[in-house]
Amino acid sequence: MEHETFYTDLLCVGAGLAGERVAIAAASAGFDAILLSLVPARRSHSCAAEGGMQAALGNCAMGEGDSPDVHFADTVKGSDWGCDQECARIFADTAPVAVREAANWGMPWNRVVAGKAKYWKGGEEFEAEEKKDKHGLITARAFGGTAKWRTCYTADGTGHTLLYTLDNKVTQLGVRVHDRVEAVSLLHDGANCIGCVARDLKTGKLRVYLAKATLIATGGYGRLYSETTNTVINDGGGHIIALDTGLVPFGNPEAVQFHPTGVVPTNILVTEGCRGDGGTLLDVDEKRFMDIYEPAKAELASRDVVSRWMMYHIAQGKGVPSPYGDHLWLDIRHLGAHHITTKLREVYDLCRHFLGVDPINQLIPVRPAQHYSMGGVRTNSDGAAYGLKGLFSCGESACWDMHGFNRLGGNSLAETIVAGRYVGMKVVEFLQGAEVTLKSSMAEQGLASMSERIDRLVNRADGAENVYAIKDAMQLVMMEKVGIFRNGTDLQAAVDALREIYAKAKKIGLRSSGIGANPELALALKMPGMVRLAICVAYGALMRTESRGCHARDDYQARNDRDWLNRTLAYWRDLDADLPDLQYEPSTKVMYMPPGDRGYGKTEIIPMDAPKED
Amino acid sequence: MSRQLKFNIFRFNPEDPNSEPHTDTFMLEETPSLTLFIALNKIREEQDPSLMFDFACRMAICGSCGMVINGRPGLACKTLTVELPQEITLMPLPVFKLVGDLSVDTGTWFRATNTKIESWIHTDQEFDPEAIEERMENDLANSIFELERCIECGCCLASCGTANMRDDFVGAFALNRISRFIMDPRDKRTDPEYFDVVGTDQGIFGCMGLLACEDVCPREIPLQDQLGILRRKMAFQGLKNIFKPKEKGRHRRF
Repeated sequence: MEHETFYTDLLCVGAGLAGERVAIAAASAGFDAILLSLVPARRSHSCAAEGGMQAALGNCAMGEGDSPDVHFADTVKGSDWGCDQECARIFADTAPVAVREAANWGMPWNRVVAGKAKYWKGGEEFEAEEKKDKHGLITARAFGGTAKWRTCYTADGTGHTLLYTLDNKVTQLGVRVHDRVEAVSLLHDGANCIGCVARDLKTGKLRVYLAKATLIATGGYGRLYSETTNTVINDGGGHIIALDTGLVPFGNPEAVQFHPTGVVPTNILVTEGCRGDGGTLLDVDEKRFMDIYEPAKAELASRDVVSRWMMYHIAQGKGVPSPYGDHLWLDIRHLGAHHITTKLREVYDLCRHFLGVDPINQLIPVRPAQHYSMGGVRTNSDGAAYGLKGLFSCGESACWDMHGFNRLGGNSLAETIVAGRYVGMKVVEFLQGAEVTLKSSMAEQGLASMSERIDRLVNRADGAENVYAIKDAMQLVMMEKVGIFRNGTDLQAAVDALREIYAKAKKIGLRSSGIGANPELALALKMPGMVRLAICVAYGALMRTESRGCHARDDYQARNDRDWLNRTLAYWRDLDADLPDLQYEPSTKVMYMPPGDRGYGKTEIIPMDAPKED
Repeated sequence: MSRQLKFNIFRFNPEDPNSEPHTDTFMLEETPSLTLFIALNKIREEQDPSLMFDFACRMAICGSCGMVINGRPGLACKTLTVELPQEITLMPLPVFKLVGDLSVDTGTWFRATNTKIESWIHTDQEFDPEAIEERMENDLANSIFELERCIECGCCLASCGTANMRDDFVGAFALNRISRFIMDPRDKRTDPEYFDVVGTDQGIFGCMGLLACEDVCPREIPLQDQLGILRRKMAFQGLKNIFKPKEKGRHRRF
């Protein structure tokens, strides 16, 4: 079959911050790298991170006394002890270096200004003295679930600015970026991953990439849900191609985070920086409520906890009725015009343009929306995927796993360049020892089977199911039954419904011609894979009979460290099957910090050494 | 009674030998808070699944969805239909290569231009992982961010007289980017070196001063100011070059 073949040392599937950081590591060590991206690299979802990235620099007054140890402890508590503590440790130690390195590459981090400064916390103004000897160093703001102010930022455009900084570096190093190219299947021989089959989204043509190392850095799978803050490209594409090998497990698929402040009705995110900077949540009576549920942390408890209390408060009849359902208010009016138009400028713009709300004088309608995928391609601490040599993953797409069952705000942007820096180093070590001979014949079978799949879709060989109807049905089931509060009955119903949807997804037929950059074909190719991911999430949640972090079961409200201090590994070994095989491994091999109380979010805990019930 | 919106949309699939450039018309009932993002997706999902257009973030920060909306370049995701007449005509951005229908290839253009203007910090300073960061004034960081807010959507180029006539003009986007680096003390390039990059007819002297770029910029970046400052700076450098001819091989070229 006529097609183009590209050879490289490192193939990065995904050109957001994580993918670019690993590519920079490889290129800096003299290796050839190619980045694939669904969109021009600078349009990746990394650009949507607003508030900042956590790193224990301890420069600002409210960050004094901070250290990687404190950051590590916050991260483990935030994860509800679901994380791999070795990775959380590597992460907290590396974060300050990664922040400074980005500064060296041109990142305009906001800086400490010496002197008295006024800040807000929970609607109360207070004063702090920024030290003279810290003047001009990188400053930080407060985020949820942290003991210190640790979130380094550039206004509320941190992700955008960081992505441009790294992409400048990629440009400088001459790394090849193939944008609007989608990896549609991984190439492997059962033991080694050697690249992928990809589809050129500008022309529709298939092509082959052969690589000594392949990295999946495609972000999260938020688009399995109907109400998500995620960009339209966060459809789990990287997870699908990894899971489809039958060899690589999907780690903790059920670990899905909801962010407290999606705006109603568009689900666009307003940054946690709003609450970090002193914004409050109000109910229908325009009264605060988080200070009642969480006296210590109030609005700045972790995201899983705040989201749950918001939904609970709405259920108590305290929501604000609207044509789009009940919501609550976010109030940042007291921060004042100057603060809002500088440090929260993106929020200011999006409220005016998308809601017609002026946040200097008006309240912002908010409700929790799907936001982050803690689960992902399971890797070891080097970022190497389980099950296939030469396959790596990093960033949100990976289950590395420093977030466990809940990610702290500011730790995802941080993970991209911190893990990216570390995994990049490990990829370089792998490439230095790699003895792979790449032959074009290795791609023939993968290419032929993808080509056949496309023909069948175009010719409606398997049926004429409408791909958009299947997508809508899947997203609705996930939203209604696999959301913030979960229970066995709903989860079982979700699994049953998704299995039926999966049967239909195998019978999709195109309504259009499929020629060229055809969007219907692009979606049809990944739809069955998306439903498989959705089944993994729902089934993983059904089987996990406890509550931990964002996974909140009404019928199993306790965190059960005796039976569930572990990580789900979902394998999809047979594409004809309609359920994954679930295996489990301990959450962490090293236990620096034994399970305890988080200090926020009241939960009953069944300790590790509790006697077994019959 | 809600309005029945009439969409006139440019259609052409360059990969399909049977496709000819033409306009298709779609009708859609207007719903509250309807944006062009929601409208185009509805048309694709309910009326014509082959319709090509680009969105990613759908919150006006990624720059994917630039298109010509009733004659004016803008971001479709942040355009509410309530601000438009009943008849809405959508065309792809000019200047960029057409992928199909409303989708254009901005990625290739911007990467080539960023490479051409060397859009990165030029420094010999090696990063020392053990050292604390160099200090910077917070006001300066804010000023750099103000220009760094560009999202490379391409609206400035689509509205630019020079860019529409000449494909070698780098446009307001690149001139703003260079201003950002001039402002940044970490970039060690000197004025003569910047002059070599943008003190040309493809650079600042290609600008005719029509300033539609500022009018259409969805990020409200002060392009008029930046173009003015850069023009004066480069004109001054040009004069200096007349009186002090360049030494051979001293300056970088592109």
